[in-house]
Order: sequence, then C-alpha cells, then structure tokens
Amino acid sequence: MTELRALYTLWLRELKRFIRDRARVVISFVQPLLWLVVFAAGFGSRLLIPGVDYQQYLFPGIIGQTLLFTAMFMGVSVIWDKEFGFMKEILVAPVSRFTIFLGKMFGDSTAALLQGVIVFAFGFLLGIPFDPLTFFAALPIMLLITVGLVSVGLVLASFMGSLENFGAIQTFVNLPLFFLSGALFPVSGAGSPDWLQVASAFDPLTYGIDALRTVILGAAWTPIHPLWVNLGVVCVFDAAMIGLGTWAFGRMK
Amino acid sequence: MPYSIETKQLTKSYGALKAVDSLDIAVEKGEIFGLLGPNGAGKTTTVSMLCTILKPTSGTATVNGYDLVREASKVRKSIGIVFQEPSVDDRLTGRENLFMHANLYGVPASEQRERIDRILKLVELEDRADDLLRTYSGGMRRRLELGRGLIHYPNVLFLDEPTVGLDPQTRDHIWKYIKELKEAHDITVVLTTHYMDEADRLSDRIAIMDHGKIIVLDSPSKLKETLEGDVITVRANNIEELAKLVSKWLGLNQTHIVEGALEITVHNSRAAMPRIMEIATQNNIYVESLLSREPNLEDVFLHYTGRSIRQDSTKELHGLAAAQRRTIR
Repeated sequence: MTELRALYTLWLRELKRFIRDRARVVISFVQPLLWLVVFAAGFGSRLLIPGVDYQQYLFPGIIGQTLLFTAMFMGVSVIWDKEFGFMKEILVAPVSRFTIFLGKMFGDSTAALLQGVIVFAFGFLLGIPFDPLTFFAALPIMLLITVGLVSVGLVLASFMGSLENFGAIQTFVNLPLFFLSGALFPVSGAGSPDWLQVASAFDPLTYGIDALRTVILGAAWTPIHPLWVNLGVVCVFDAAMIGLGTWAFGRMK
Repeated sequence: MPYSIETKQLTKSYGALKAVDSLDIAVEKGEIFGLLGPNGAGKTTTVSMLCTILKPTSGTATVNGYDLVREASKVRKSIGIVFQEPSVDDRLTGRENLFMHANLYGVPASEQRERIDRILKLVELEDRADDLLRTYSGGMRRRLELGRGLIHYPNVLFLDEPTVGLDPQTRDHIWKYIKELKEAHDITVVLTTHYMDEADRLSDRIAIMDHGKIIVLDSPSKLKETLEGDVITVRANNIEELAKLVSKWLGLNQTHIVEGALEITVHNSRAAMPRIMEIATQNNIYVESLLSREPNLEDVFLHYTGRSIRQDSTKELHGLAAAQRRTIR
C-alpha cells in the first residue's frame, strides 16, 4: 500500500512537471507537423509504397518517432533531479528502488504517450485516411512502445553526469533506432538491402511501428510480422528494460 | 531503548583514508547533538551512514533501536533528513512538495492535509504554500525543507549544515525554527555544522570532530569552562617572536596565531597582561593592542585541534556555491 502510494505520487509529479513545461509542449506540436506535411509532400512524390498513400504510410511511423524522441528525452528528468538535489529526497525515502523506477517511468511514459495522442489528433485533422476508431487499438500499443523506450532513456540518464553527455548519447541512440525502424521508408521486402533488413530486425521500434501500421492501416498494409509476434517482441523488450532500469536505479547514490 | 543513536566503532574508509574512524557516540533522546568540525572532518560521512545512504566499512550503529544495515528501511522511516544542499522540486508548489513527501513516507492519507497545514504554519509559509518553489527565496526553501523533514513524525531529525549559504538574518530565523520544531515534536536532533555560533546556540552537547575522530564531547558551556580562564588577543609588530617568548613562559599549547594576532589562553588575564607587556618591551616588540575576553567555542576548537576552523576556507566556497544554486533557479 505504501509502495503503491509512493508510485502514484512519483507518477503524478512527473506528469505535473511535464504539463507545467509549456514551452516543451508547444514545441512538441511542431515537429510531427513538419514531418507529416512538409516531409510527406516532398518525399512522398518520389517514394511509391504499394497499396497506401505515402502520408498514410508515414503517419504511424511519425507516431513511433514522436514516442521515441519524447520517451528518450524524458531521461533528462533524472539528470535534473540529480543536478538540483531532488533525487536525494527520493532515494532516501523508505521506498524500494523498483517502485521509484516504476513511478518515474510510468509518469514519463504517460507524458510521452500524450504527445503520441496529439500526433494522432493531427493525423485526423490533416485528413489522413484512417478509421478514427483505430485509436483505441493503437493506444495500448503506443503505451507498450513508450514504456521500453522511456526505460532506456532513464537508464542512460542514470549513468550520465551532465546534460551535455546525455544530449550526445541520446542522438547517438535515437537516430539509428529511428532510421532502422521503417518509420520513413520500408526496411523489408523486395528492394531493401540485406544488411538493412538484418539491422532493422534488431531495432525494437521496427516491431512497434509495424504493429501500429497493422491496426491503423488495416487491410491496406501487409505486415512484416504477425501482430502477436510484434507485440511479443515489444513486451519482452519492455520487461528487459524495466529490469535494467531497476538495477540502474538500485546502484544510484 | 536508552539512546536515540548509538554507534560502536563505526568506520568508513575510502582506500587508505579513514573518513570516519572508529566512532563511538551515544545520542540521548530529546537532545540537540552538534557535530562540529572543519570541512573533511567526517561529519557528513557520519550522518550519511546514520541515514543509511552510505554503508559503513566496519562497526555497527543503531538509530531508534534499529540496526543501520539490517533494518535500513525501518531506520529510514523513523528519521527525517535535511540535506546540506537543497533537495526540493522547484516546479512544484510548497504544498505539493510536502504532499509528495507524505506519500513517500507512508503518512496515512486521512492525516496528510492536517499535518501539512500545521507544518506550514509552524514554518510560517501558509500564505506561500501554493506558489511554485522557484519563486521562493533560499531561506524559505530551507524552512520548507525543515518542515518537510518532520511530516512523517520522525524520532530523529538530521540537519546537515542547515544554514550554509544563508544571510545572517535568515540564519537567525532558521535557528529559531529548529528550536521550535524540536519543542513541538519532541524529537532528537543531530546537527552538523562548521559554524561555531550555530553549534553554540543550538546544541545541548557538542562533539568536536577532526580527521574522522571525535576529539572532545561535552556541553558548550562545559567545553568553554575547560579552557579555565580568559583569552588575550595581542596585536604586535613581531608576533612570531612574541609567541615564542610567551610560550616559553606559559607552556606551548596556550598560544596560537590566528589571523595575524596572537591568542593566549591564561587563568587570569589581569595578572597576565602586564607580564606580556613586560616580555614584549624587554625584547623590543611593539604592542599595538591587548584585549582580554571570555573564551568561545572557536578557542575550544583551537585548543583541541591546534588550528582555527576559519583557516579552512573550502567549506565557505562550498556554501557560496550552494547559495548561488539557490538563487539562480
């Protein structure tokens, strides 16, 4: 019970901090719009994907990209907390490190998920053809994607001493995950180089975005893997990252 | 449970360096126990071990009867901590910070509101309770932290350098709050400080710590009494020479040079002052001024460690950095 309330209070704090940071919320609106409007217009006229319009194809990819970038960035809260001393208050509390990690992780995941929901709304407003009701099928998948990625961000941040280091390592991790995931272009099937197909198989986001396309695009999309395989891989990744995160928080002083 | 805190041969080493060396202390229930010493004396390391943040290298200790290592979680529940450096969330309001603390320490939900209101009143922050912490001054944040440390009704409150980086007036206020909070909650307080006046004003007993060891432990008044007499401060054109001559006459550890002046501890200053003048004139030393006063804790520290706590300036820098941190945000 005590642990549950601690979990709740940590979750609530992350969410409040996120919502109060208005600049970040506003800026986060702009990026997906640029991808969905400008990039899709320029790139889509040159890239043909059988069965779907390029903007349609890109849409689930940009949801995944938004989740990836926001989730990874959330690790910054650990750096701030270390820098401004608040981490001490949390770490000396009579609460297990597992709970502390989960509280922070779920708080940050909720915030990242909100960004994903906003992109979803943009897709609807831009008139990208998809059934709005698929939102309810996509939401749990988005949460699964977010949980693992937020955990990676938190783990990286728990090892980093400064904001600069964290920024550098983030770019180092974000871009490969983004490019290999198939968010922007197909990474499997005819025409994709073998090495790209192999590399993308090691990217957890590939499975997440494939799952999102499966539920959002429906029959128009030919999945790389069946939905249950995609979800299974994402779940295993999440569990592994939560384990890693608990360990990383356990060693923090 | 006769003592709030009892340590037995408590030691923390980093390689060959013993930051805390075989510490044996017993803190009585309900007292304010001061740990006084310069930077690097091992005060914060001691407190960190007692708060279960650091694991001792060897030795044992109990806090509120719980073993530090085996019952760390029970220890944590039974203590409150105010860290040397600020540890509040400045994006939350004062009240939100307190609610968060209450939830982290398992304060029953039904009691939270009432306890928080009472604490806010005690530290006089009721009217600012719903403002974001980033709009608070350094002193206000400190007050909130003091209050926060008490929300879960701890039996022992640890204060690590509670007034570093605060201006004199705010320090005065914080001291007042510490005394009031202690009375209102009937708790034991462990205070670390390198400020003599702070230790003197607040502590029932003071342990002077240096190089990881307790050098002397007693009440502030007893400590000052051990010096038996007065302190004479001499300013002269050749104090090294004068120090040597007076030492020969009085015994070595009775003279110290502090900030360009010679300080001499004597039984009776009225009898000693003419003698010092005599020694000076006989040796062609020109005395600028002679001043006699009652000994203070600074003299006690000097007497036991052979150096002035003020000679150690790193801590002041540290305090300045902390103060800047408080104001920047």
